[in-house]
Amino acid sequence: MLNKTLTEQSQALAKGEVSSLELTQAYIQRINQLEPQVNAFISQTPEQALAQAKAADERRAKGDAHALTGIPLAHKDIFCTQGVRTSCGSKMLDNFIAPYNATVIERFNAVGAVSLGKTNLDEFAMGSSTESSFYGPTRNPWQLDRVPGGSSGGAAAAIAANFAAGATGTDTGGSIRQPAAFCGISGIKPTYGRVSRWGMIAYGSSLDQGGPMAKSCSDLALMLEVMASFDAKDSTSVDQPVPAYSQGLTQSIKGLRIGLPKEYFGEGLDPRIADQVQAAVKTLETQGAIIKEISLPLTHLAIPAYYIIAPAEASTNLSRYDGVKFGHRCDNPKDLQDLYLRTRQQGFGTEVKRRILIGTYALSAGYYDAYYRKAQQLRRMIKNDFAAALQEVDVIAGPATPNLPWTLGAKSQDPVAMYLEDLYTIAVNLAGLPGMSVPCGFVDGLPVGLQLIGNYFQEQQLLTLGHQYQLQSDWHLQQPELSTSGGN
Amino acid sequence: MSLAPEQVKHIAMLARIGADEQELQAYSQSLSSILDLVDQLQAVDTNGIEPLANPLDATQRLRADQVSEPNQREQLQSVAPATAKGLFLVPKVIE
Amino acid sequence: MQWEIVIGLEVHVQLATQTKIFSGASTAFGAEPNTQACAIDLGLPGTLPVFNSEALRKAVQFGLAIEAEIGKRSVFDRKNYFYPDLPKGYQVTQMDFPIVGQGQLEITLEDGSSKVIGVTRAHLEEDAGKSLHEDFEGMSGIDLNRAGTPLLEIVSEPDIRNAKEAVAYLKKIHAIITYLGISDGNMAEGSMRCDVNISVRPKGQAEFGTRCEIKNVNSFKFVEKAIHCEVQRQIDIIEDGGKIVQETRLYDPDKDETRSMRSKEVANDYRYFPEPDLLPVEIDDAYVQAIREQLPELPDAKIERFISQYQLSKYDATQLAASRLLADYFEQVVSACGQAKLAANWVLVELLGQLNRSSTELSDNPISAEQLGQLIQRIQDGTISGRQAKQVFEAMYQGEGSPDAIIEAKGLKQVSDTGALEAMIDEIMSKNPAQVADYRGGKDKLFGFFVGQVMKASKGQANPAVVNDLLKAKLQG
Repeated sequence: MLNKTLTEQSQALAKGEVSSLELTQAYIQRINQLEPQVNAFISQTPEQALAQAKAADERRAKGDAHALTGIPLAHKDIFCTQGVRTSCGSKMLDNFIAPYNATVIERFNAVGAVSLGKTNLDEFAMGSSTESSFYGPTRNPWQLDRVPGGSSGGAAAAIAANFAAGATGTDTGGSIRQPAAFCGISGIKPTYGRVSRWGMIAYGSSLDQGGPMAKSCSDLALMLEVMASFDAKDSTSVDQPVPAYSQGLTQSIKGLRIGLPKEYFGEGLDPRIADQVQAAVKTLETQGAIIKEISLPLTHLAIPAYYIIAPAEASTNLSRYDGVKFGHRCDNPKDLQDLYLRTRQQGFGTEVKRRILIGTYALSAGYYDAYYRKAQQLRRMIKNDFAAALQEVDVIAGPATPNLPWTLGAKSQDPVAMYLEDLYTIAVNLAGLPGMSVPCGFVDGLPVGLQLIGNYFQEQQLLTLGHQYQLQSDWHLQQPELSTSGGN
Repeated sequence: MSLAPEQVKHIAMLARIGADEQELQAYSQSLSSILDLVDQLQAVDTNGIEPLANPLDATQRLRADQVSEPNQREQLQSVAPATAKGLFLVPKVIE
Repeated sequence: MQWEIVIGLEVHVQLATQTKIFSGASTAFGAEPNTQACAIDLGLPGTLPVFNSEALRKAVQFGLAIEAEIGKRSVFDRKNYFYPDLPKGYQVTQMDFPIVGQGQLEITLEDGSSKVIGVTRAHLEEDAGKSLHEDFEGMSGIDLNRAGTPLLEIVSEPDIRNAKEAVAYLKKIHAIITYLGISDGNMAEGSMRCDVNISVRPKGQAEFGTRCEIKNVNSFKFVEKAIHCEVQRQIDIIEDGGKIVQETRLYDPDKDETRSMRSKEVANDYRYFPEPDLLPVEIDDAYVQAIREQLPELPDAKIERFISQYQLSKYDATQLAASRLLADYFEQVVSACGQAKLAANWVLVELLGQLNRSSTELSDNPISAEQLGQLIQRIQDGTISGRQAKQVFEAMYQGEGSPDAIIEAKGLKQVSDTGALEAMIDEIMSKNPAQVADYRGGKDKLFGFFVGQVMKASKGQANPAVVNDLLKAKLQG
């Protein structure tokens, strides 16, 4: 049952073929055996999970079940969970127990989903490899010496390792799509404002967006139906009805116009990845989609713009970690300055401090116009770029990542090399568009992701397209081999 | 564009991030390479382009002026590093 | 050398909303520390702000009251700095696009002249918490109840030239905000605080001198004193050949001096940028128009009406209109006694004087308007003299009852009964035949002597006007 998709598990629960308690117990057992090899979790909550599973079974017995009632999930440790540590992968919050639940958590609780624990991530979601976590790196279940991508690397690895059929993630510059691609699973970053940010610890507020990660697009549809909502507690939440995504997956994709940006297939892309992506596009074409080449001429400027805007917002979002109200505090501060300086020196890791410094610089007197303002202007130009392209086509398709998952530590000393890995995902966040990655092949035993980008609030179109593709392919059903003996 | 350790020191002070000489040196290198990356923007003509702060160009919603948050001091201060008599404690504040 | 003083004021007004500007926590004053600081106010991870509609409405009311441009699109920004009373490490404020743009207000000075002071802008922002400096084993305590309270910061042009103008400007702002009911204006509780920017320059010089900012002055009196001593300090420095250093200073009322704030020594770089957790606030003409139509009568209009309706002097009218409470009280007194000028006099001189002497706020005034009106009526109908009225007023203030009851109890009624007075006069004349003869012989000055004797005989209760008439008739024989 653990290698089944969430959709299949949901059906099995509905038919009474398995109980939530059985399913949850099985997951706990598997996690106990294999987690030391993967390190997908920061905190496991087996007792809470079993209690939730029992409650879910009772609810189902009363005939009050939702599709996700009793489904074991894992939550990125960036979503606040009442009573359970929310660390954001940082020493700064190692002792932080949120006094409230994120809206996303509340919504899963409300339908009776089970939470197995909190998954690993790059510290404060700043990274593309889950190596910067205070709790050690997560390993890619496909090859344990490889990174799972990031920042939602723990979530992606958990699904690939069959530690959970579905998980929550967040995506500020590719943090759902890139690890989904690296771990051979599916993940969607919805339109900015579609999923509430309340209780989701901020990195770059105008870019952050929560979304589901799972094996199939059908799974994503079920999860997104729950996650997406209008939330009065989040000023940037959008008040628009949430479609029943899982009901719309069978629509035909005939005549759907798919654009391939030539910039997404140029220099820097591993040609073996290009081949897999082109093959996937071919499949879509045979299913009736119309393929066109398009251009997104500002693609190369998305990374520079992002690495001003995201760190600038982060630099002030992270000012609240000062050792006064919560979180880490240095020992015996001799005065206020000492309290601030040492608390933040000790509590934050290198990459987080680097981004705070860059962001502080970009906002500082004399540099604001040249950096922050300029980047926000670029942002509008990039948005306009997409708008023009989405006049010509319905969906944009391309690779999710330029390269395969790298070996642990390979890019740790060179932040810029790491940043460039987000070449194809970052612009989507700047524009606020929905983007998705689905498995589309393997190179040297490592998964490759196809990225699909849609227009604002057109998540349905992406999910349907992905689902139709997954009816014709089985990349998303491949499983890595993890043995209890450890190592690989 | 490169940032000298002295400049990094100033920025680190603004950001209240303690750093020793070795760290300053390391930041100086990595921040300079990041600036090289982002400086590509300077070549773009953005004249007359309105900066985009929110991707949807949405506007603010208003909240009714009704008390919804009761006293939660005990719970909120349970995660605080140092409190006394309901106050958060910090090293002496000098005005 | 002749010096000219240049003053600009930044007034922070706490808006009288039920809840914080960005959270649903209560803003009530005087609660136990941190019992009104919710997760949002504390800046806990994952929390987000949502803007309070009432803070917006109150800011727009103020803007309309000073005939300012209303920002149809206003934007919140983050002002970044570290301080323990600032939980998020930034203050949400408005930088480039404030809710209220250029406006103005007219102040009236003691000599009756008036002057227009420009208002540069007024913007919405969140208040910070408080550091309590009493010793907790060498630590300071932080109370964040006030954090997130909505503030309207009203920034004046550097149009103010002396302390009196500054105080008049502040009183005018105070009048407007209390008329509108957008703030309780209670300076003692910090509902209205003032930062004073001061510089001096040789008379005739066009460019401004270097200014210093005196932070958080919290009474009209202290504003006046702080300006006096800061101006003197600056002039002394310049005349001694020194230079003014631009800095933030604090006024110490105990020592009556200003001193540099150590905590602000390091030059700040606030790194303003648009707050990404909030979106631009857009309002339309209909919204503004609806507020405009509901504006109450404002101080200027009330002053005009008091002058025309009650024939008051502009100065009296301005004094009475300085607060809505006072103006309303005055009008109630008038309706009780029908004597506007007497009412103005009694309210401005006797009542305010008495309140001032006993350091009592008008809101705690023990004399009701009806009672004061009754007292004025008793003067008007001749029951008591003006002098006696003051005695009655004292007693009323001490809570001894209504004017009539006090007059009765103290036996203060004037004797206007001609029969009783004639008998008194006859007796006095018969006891003082020599004075009568002298008066009749042309010594007019003796008239006062007879009046004095009658007042003495009546124990001061004789109605002087009646006594005058009777005496004149009788002495002429």
